[in-house]
Amino acid sequence: MIRYLAWRVAVMVPTLVLISMLVFTIIELPPGDYFESYVQELRAMGETADLQEIEDLKTRYGFDQPVPIRYLHWVGGMLRGDFGYSFEYRMPVSEVVGSRMWLTVLVSMVTIIVTWVIAFPIGIYSATHQYSWGDYGLTFLGLLGLAIPNFMLALILMYFANVWWGVSIGHLMDREFMGQPLSWDKARSILSHLWIPVLIIGTAGTAGMARRLRANLLDELDKQYVTTARAKGLHPGRVLLKYPLRMSLNFFIADIGSILPAIVSGAEITAIVLSLETTGPLLIRALQSQDMYLAGSFLMFLAFLTVIGVLISDIALAALDPRIRLSGRARK
Amino acid sequence: MSDFRDLLRIENLNVVFPLYGGRIQAVRDASLRILPGRVTTLVGQSGSGKSVIGRCIMGLQPKYAQVSGNIMFDDPARDHSLPVDLTRLPQDGRQIRAIRGNRIGMIFQEPMSSLSPVHTIGNQIDEALRIHSVLSPRERAERVEAMLADVGFRDPARVMQMYPFELSGGMRQRAMVAMALICDPALLIADEPTTALDVTIQGQLLKLLRKLQERRGMAMLLITHDLGVVANLSDEVVVMYRGEVVEAGPTQPIFRQPRHPYLRALMDAVPHFDMPPGERLRPLVPARVDVASLGRAVQPCQGPVLQVSGLVKSFAPRGGGLRRPQAVRVVDDVGFTIARGQTLGLVGESGSGKTTVGKMIVRAITPDAGRVTLDGQDMLAAQGPALMALRRRVQMVFQDPVSSLSPHMTVGSILTEPLEVHGIGDRTSRRARARDLMRAVGLPDRDLARYPHSFSGGQRQRIGIARALALGPELIVCDEATSALDVSVQAQVLNLLKDLQRDLGLTYLFISHNLAVVNYMADQVAVMQGGRIVEIGPREVIMRDPVHPYTRALLAAVPYPDLDRPLDFATLAATQEWAPVFVGPQLAALDLGAGHQVLARPGADAAQVRA
Repeated sequence: MIRYLAWRVAVMVPTLVLISMLVFTIIELPPGDYFESYVQELRAMGETADLQEIEDLKTRYGFDQPVPIRYLHWVGGMLRGDFGYSFEYRMPVSEVVGSRMWLTVLVSMVTIIVTWVIAFPIGIYSATHQYSWGDYGLTFLGLLGLAIPNFMLALILMYFANVWWGVSIGHLMDREFMGQPLSWDKARSILSHLWIPVLIIGTAGTAGMARRLRANLLDELDKQYVTTARAKGLHPGRVLLKYPLRMSLNFFIADIGSILPAIVSGAEITAIVLSLETTGPLLIRALQSQDMYLAGSFLMFLAFLTVIGVLISDIALAALDPRIRLSGRARK
Repeated sequence: MSDFRDLLRIENLNVVFPLYGGRIQAVRDASLRILPGRVTTLVGQSGSGKSVIGRCIMGLQPKYAQVSGNIMFDDPARDHSLPVDLTRLPQDGRQIRAIRGNRIGMIFQEPMSSLSPVHTIGNQIDEALRIHSVLSPRERAERVEAMLADVGFRDPARVMQMYPFELSGGMRQRAMVAMALICDPALLIADEPTTALDVTIQGQLLKLLRKLQERRGMAMLLITHDLGVVANLSDEVVVMYRGEVVEAGPTQPIFRQPRHPYLRALMDAVPHFDMPPGERLRPLVPARVDVASLGRAVQPCQGPVLQVSGLVKSFAPRGGGLRRPQAVRVVDDVGFTIARGQTLGLVGESGSGKTTVGKMIVRAITPDAGRVTLDGQDMLAAQGPALMALRRRVQMVFQDPVSSLSPHMTVGSILTEPLEVHGIGDRTSRRARARDLMRAVGLPDRDLARYPHSFSGGQRQRIGIARALALGPELIVCDEATSALDVSVQAQVLNLLKDLQRDLGLTYLFISHNLAVVNYMADQVAVMQGGRIVEIGPREVIMRDPVHPYTRALLAAVPYPDLDRPLDFATLAATQEWAPVFVGPQLAALDLGAGHQVLARPGADAAQVRA
């Protein structure tokens, strides 16, 4: 097991190096850099740019140097915990992202928990009552949830909330708390705003998870070992929980790998539509304006979380499924 | 005492499955009894409703099944109470759960899937005790350990911590037995407990079941299709045919004088070892063969068609991280020849490498070393057009008639596809050929437009044979061609293969684990074990006068459907020590004359191996 872990961690390094090269290349691909588009933007608005400051920044971040040197500079900085400087926000990337990070994590965590809490009973019910009216109804709802894009749902909800109740459901808190330090009132305001994005972002995930759980559980329910357990005289509910449900959870554990990056990226498009103060819109904006350190470091962070997430789910799978954990022992 | 009462009495049981608007009557007005302390066997072919009865006793039938009739269970542990009608108890209710696993235990056919793969053996056995007893964890662990020792595990404490996938099929089935018996039930229902096991393992398990049943004075309902198992184990037998009980009573009179035509026909359809050469099996529904239109005369020429020598194949186990595990030799120095128009039976248990040999001969797997020649032509070196020409001459029939035919091709396209691949004839002549092939295997040629799913298993296997015949091959490799079929259908397919061989001069490599079938089909028999041929020779010699201990063990483990030849449970030792002359790192074939060879230490002589 320890050898396996060491092996997996060792494999992560080249993976991350490759990803960093890829990210860097993609960010470098569009012609020009942040400063050129910035100067152009200023000129278009008829203002003069402080060319001296721009030149300073360019030299400081090595924009006059060849591409490989800049790449090394960037990667080296990240290794030291310096994620670079956001030109647009004029502050270090870690500060720009950091302020939004905890809200993003909050929204995502609540969303994931709500997804599980709703999807699990639905999936189990649908599988154990296959082809009943309840199953058909839930299947229909689930397919609707899967078919409607989240941002579309957000737009519809915003429209009707405005028309019917005259309220605006955007943002994660009331306007007066923005930029304020955390207080009791601010927390209350956030909680009262939270349910709308959670509901919208969670719809597709809930529907998808319920469908997958149903399919996986159905596969297991007909297995011989379920009959064996019933033949022992075990209560049907206990049978379900101990045997087939346990077996059908492998997909769910494998999912953890993709959950981790999703927590911090924060449903970009929906977040823009709802003007949520999460990291999603930040990333999109950074990509548009070629704010390369912000975009690059953020993408790199997501990639890192993905790799870590996959590792965690692999370890969890091995811990929970003896067939994976002990396949070496069986062979002898 | 309770000896005078039936332990279980089934009266007028009807089970109906509503299906696609129609209904299937799986069990029709069945009545039978199970005596306490006796073995009752329920015998019949697949679809006869025998398993449904077993499930109904436990209340484990599908929810949508409609059950009527009575299943009266008279528990000897509750002396003065009236029998309980199990069909009246609510499904999965408290009362039936108190009986399941406690008073009635059950084991199933598939040892691979009937245990949960993610829970330890100990946990799964202990669970029955947790439900039905008030013992402390320590007492329970002791009971489980004792039970595991009882079913033949040498190190029960270790086995409790193991997971099912770490055990072999036979060992898993033993664990299942331990689980079913842990609460000391009055009745054990064993649903085809040995069908998925190799013959030697089957012998050991039957012995174990017999021993436990006698020692505990427990009744057993043994559900099986194998008349050999019935003859060896049962006190009472119940014969089912199409959902009805056609014959029931003590085993002796029923086996000596079967009255119902179905049972008589079934007994005639089973190949056995005392058949005089030339005697044919009598299938329930004979298939008529008409090969006249296939139009290929018997080739009278003699001499070997297929010569195989020094065949070796190793497979490297997967994974293992950085260090590559050592490759396993699944086929090791295998050689034999088959004369034209003859059949070589290749016998072995699962994992012996017999299928790999067959696949290497049709060039589905590339051997690491060795020579295969067909009429002197090197088959392994052939490439391009030469290989295509060779493929025409060597064809294969597979085990599973369901998965070996593509479900979305009509029988017509299945039969014409080989002709298209090889560019033989035009559209019309191919269709004509397909019609001839259908007639040759005894199917109406109007069925060409139908899809495989509308045929029965035996018919599908005949279609598989017709496909193999399409290109007019000389050699056909039959890989367990009848293993998935019921005995009655098996007889039909075996006879068909024999007739085709006679009329078309075909040569067969007949791979099978079933010794009786090989005895019926083969002229020469090769016995494989651990990738090597341990004994090879003419059929009569191998079957009557085997030399190698493995061949002897195999033959001793076959249950005969004959009351006068019971299995010798005493000699069915779990591990047999081979005489030193048969073990060693450097073994070679020793010629005993008349084509009889046995694998032994070099320098050994005939007297030594026969000792």
